[in-house]
Amino acid sequence: MANSADGKLSETNSSAPLNYLNCQRGFLSWALTLDHKRIGVLYLVSIMASLGLGGLFAMLIRAELIAPGETIVKEDTYNQFFTLHGAIMIFLFILPGIPAALGNFVLPIMLGAKDVAFPRLNLASYYLWLVGAVFFLVALVTGGLDTGWTLYVPYAFQTDTRVLTAGLGAFILGFSSIFTGINFIATVHTMRPPGMTWMKMPLFLWSLYATAIIQVLATPVLGITLLLLAAELVLGLGIFDPAKGGDPILFQHFFWFYSHPAVYIMILPAMGIMSEVIPTFSRKHIFGYKFIAASSVAIAFLGFLVWGHHMFTSSQSVMAGTIFSLLTFSVSIPSAIKVFNWLATMYKGSIALDTPMLYALAFLLLFGIGGLTGLFLATLSANVHLHDTYFVVAHFHYTMMGGTLIAFLAGLHYWWPKITGRMYSEFWGRLAAIGVFVGFNLTFFPQFVMGSRGMPRRYHDFPDKFAIFHFLSSLGAFLTGLAMLTALAYLLHSLFRGRRAAANPWGSATLEWQCASPPPKENFTEPPRVGDPYDYDNLTYDAENECFVPMNASP
Amino acid sequence: MLGQVGSGLAQLVVPALVGQSSTGSFWLPPPDSVASGAVDHAFHFVMYVSYFFFALIFGLIVLFVVKYRRRPGAEAVKTAKSSLALEATWSLIPLALTIVMFYLGFVGYVELRSPPERAYEISVLARKWSWQFTYPDGTIDNNLHVPVGEPVRLVMTSDDVIHSLSIPAFRVKMDVVPGRYTRTWFQGKELGTYDLYCTEYCGTGHSDMLASVVVHEADDFRAWLKAAGDVLGNNPPAKAGEILFRRHGCGSCHSTDGTPRVGPSLQGIVGQTHAMADGSSAAVDENYIRQSILEPGTKIRQGFRNQMPTYKGRLNDQEITAIIQYIKSLN
Ligand code: HEC
Ligand code: HEM
Ligand SMILES: [Cu+2]
Ligand SMILES: [Cu+2]
Repeated sequence: MANSADGKLSETNSSAPLNYLNCQRGFLSWALTLDHKRIGVLYLVSIMASLGLGGLFAMLIRAELIAPGETIVKEDTYNQFFTLHGAIMIFLFILPGIPAALGNFVLPIMLGAKDVAFPRLNLASYYLWLVGAVFFLVALVTGGLDTGWTLYVPYAFQTDTRVLTAGLGAFILGFSSIFTGINFIATVHTMRPPGMTWMKMPLFLWSLYATAIIQVLATPVLGITLLLLAAELVLGLGIFDPAKGGDPILFQHFFWFYSHPAVYIMILPAMGIMSEVIPTFSRKHIFGYKFIAASSVAIAFLGFLVWGHHMFTSSQSVMAGTIFSLLTFSVSIPSAIKVFNWLATMYKGSIALDTPMLYALAFLLLFGIGGLTGLFLATLSANVHLHDTYFVVAHFHYTMMGGTLIAFLAGLHYWWPKITGRMYSEFWGRLAAIGVFVGFNLTFFPQFVMGSRGMPRRYHDFPDKFAIFHFLSSLGAFLTGLAMLTALAYLLHSLFRGRRAAANPWGSATLEWQCASPPPKENFTEPPRVGDPYDYDNLTYDAENECFVPMNASP
Repeated sequence: MLGQVGSGLAQLVVPALVGQSSTGSFWLPPPDSVASGAVDHAFHFVMYVSYFFFALIFGLIVLFVVKYRRRPGAEAVKTAKSSLALEATWSLIPLALTIVMFYLGFVGYVELRSPPERAYEISVLARKWSWQFTYPDGTIDNNLHVPVGEPVRLVMTSDDVIHSLSIPAFRVKMDVVPGRYTRTWFQGKELGTYDLYCTEYCGTGHSDMLASVVVHEADDFRAWLKAAGDVLGNNPPAKAGEILFRRHGCGSCHSTDGTPRVGPSLQGIVGQTHAMADGSSAAVDENYIRQSILEPGTKIRQGFRNQMPTYKGRLNDQEITAIIQYIKSLN
């Protein structure tokens, strides 16, 4: 096959074939690009910068909490730290994270297509993201934000910090997310190649598709909520402010009507990555394809019906609480189905513990804990005790960080050779993965203990009986930070010194591995052969070039 | 050697994780209210189920990774690509377990949300950043005193933003919302002093918005109430002023040792002349303090924001006089 020739190792730059990175040069070729791969890379760099900024705030929070009393900053500054940490992580990193960065790069190639359905809309979504991010930065430097990322009223009306600026930023970011969603839905519907039916689509695409549905249906509610908030701030309408006859609980309903579905915008694409990485590194067909695909869609729809589980202690009626608890338990079943199917996929496989797979195994354990502790929170009476304590902080970090961020790292390492054309150091990759895993657990496991013993969240100070847990948690955070910096270092290093990547270094069967690494501008020089995305029989290991090649291809 | 360490660790950790008794478990504080039992019951059920499933996931991962590690010559073995029986098993068993969880949680929740008719009622006012508990006879305190063995109903509202009243030992938590009344109740089982926290973020002093819950013997409680009721009659003015200062939450914004907090420290202010935010200045005397308490917005001290609530209608003249005496005694 012609493509495998592209993947041949060439140590000199001059003989490198033209690809999407070197086919055009200059600032404008990036700033005005309509190539989904370049837009994906722009997103990737941007969201990793956001992760770095959010992470910096995380380190500052943990530095303050390493010991009781005031450690590095006063209350007001601390309140800004956790708000900015949360808001940046949610709105700038994790919501766009997997779909807009990795999804943008991979989705069209997985479909054997040249680009997404609406390339201009794609670029527009990136610029909206940038504008939204600028609003956030302006808010940050002109007075910050101290409401918590949830912007609860009436506090948000009384603080002197930049609620309006940050709110407008989130509003704009919402449109960026809607644009990505529309684009992905259209692309998946119209651009599947001949032979790829819905039931032969890689599961990552199913998960992006389900995510896109939520992005398009839920995000407008965020927009409306923020507009109402702005109307009240600017015009003084009394919608939410009890001092003007408004209802502050109504705001919470609006807020969570978006923000609960949004947690599935965060986790579904992560699950999609698991469904690609686990079979590849086990060399086994995915188990229960239909059930995994259907559970993505089920989660997307059920996710709309459970927002009230954030409000069990808000004075919501017992009846409403009961219904929301029941519905919440129902969402846990599709998630459990996925975990068991991934485990079954590994059964009798040939499991290689490369860096992406280490992250995938970490995901299973951490997301497992995140999901199981979600059951405590769905249990009405236990929720009353645990709500707004560190138990919740630990729970959502096990799902968002242990789940989504870890899956993002799995995906990043998995597609790194495809995106950059380079291999990173496997030794450092594994070391950092282990560091992140250990550090993460040290950070967040103690938080379950103090939370269930009553330690409230968003506290600048705490009673001595919680000191030991906070201390361990801070140590873990610094270790995690160090491991993440290590990852950054070897990944950057690989850009310059890394071994050149072959077309298919891991032996995956989805289409993106049929084109060269990095792909040419048009993705495919000849139409890819569409087959079962999880059938590894036709791939054999070529030890000389350290990559996988199709069996029937002549070398 | 490794085995010994392992079993030693197991002896240490296992009881810690699964042990539960009337003195509390590894996870939960002692269940010191009547409704705690139902809450803990649900918590522990979910906990055992979680232990089981975590062990299962962890065990399978270790087993598969050890057994099926990629080795030269060993290929992946083809197995079924799906199985309806397996899918049904791992959907229906979790489904059944979650239904039990739901039911246990529901029972406890209904108990937590249904105060008995004949409960002793205390009104709660939350404001940045202190609690004020008002007893049926009009006595006010910043800590919650209750008789043991008697159901207590709290009827709560807030003056400013949303707060939340949480007493972990009693497993109760309920948001305190401006513009409406919310309710919660508990019945203390053991004498003692317990922590009460604000668990809804409310700004600068959120982590200082703490109080104690003191559970008394019934007779001691009546005695406490009697003594606490007539502050002015039972104490010399400066002492009464100190008690009122504490009860009305002045201390959450003002220190008495010179360190500024949200508001200026009140140590030694009497007799000083202060610069105001609008450029004027004012000498601190009895009238200035009185005005600061009743109309805090009229003179804002330089370097501070207009964050003090008015105490008009809350403190009467005699009480204000007592507080002024107390502030003067700080000189
Ligand atoms: C929510 C916080 C808060 C609470 C509660 C509070 N204050 Fe204040 N107080 C302030 C702030 C802020 C200022 C400075 C701005 C101003 O002058 O209004 C202030 C100013 C004062 C001053 C003037 C001090 C000076 O040096 O000029 C006095 C006296 C005072 N408060 C007394 C009290 C008393 C007595 C109480 C309780 C009954 C109380 N405050 C409760 C925040 C508070
Ligand atoms: C080493 C990494 C991290 C550390 C040490 C860390 C630590 C913390 C801490 C201490 C808090 C404050 C808890 C409180 O007082 O209520 C917090 C809040 C939060 N974190 Fe993280 N975090 C990390 C990574 C992440 C990631 C990756 C995400 C999401 C992608 C995230 C999302 C959030 C959110 C949404 C909040 C809530 C903010 C709020 O209360 O308004 N964190 N984190
Ligand atoms: Cu939710
Ligand atoms: Cu608070």
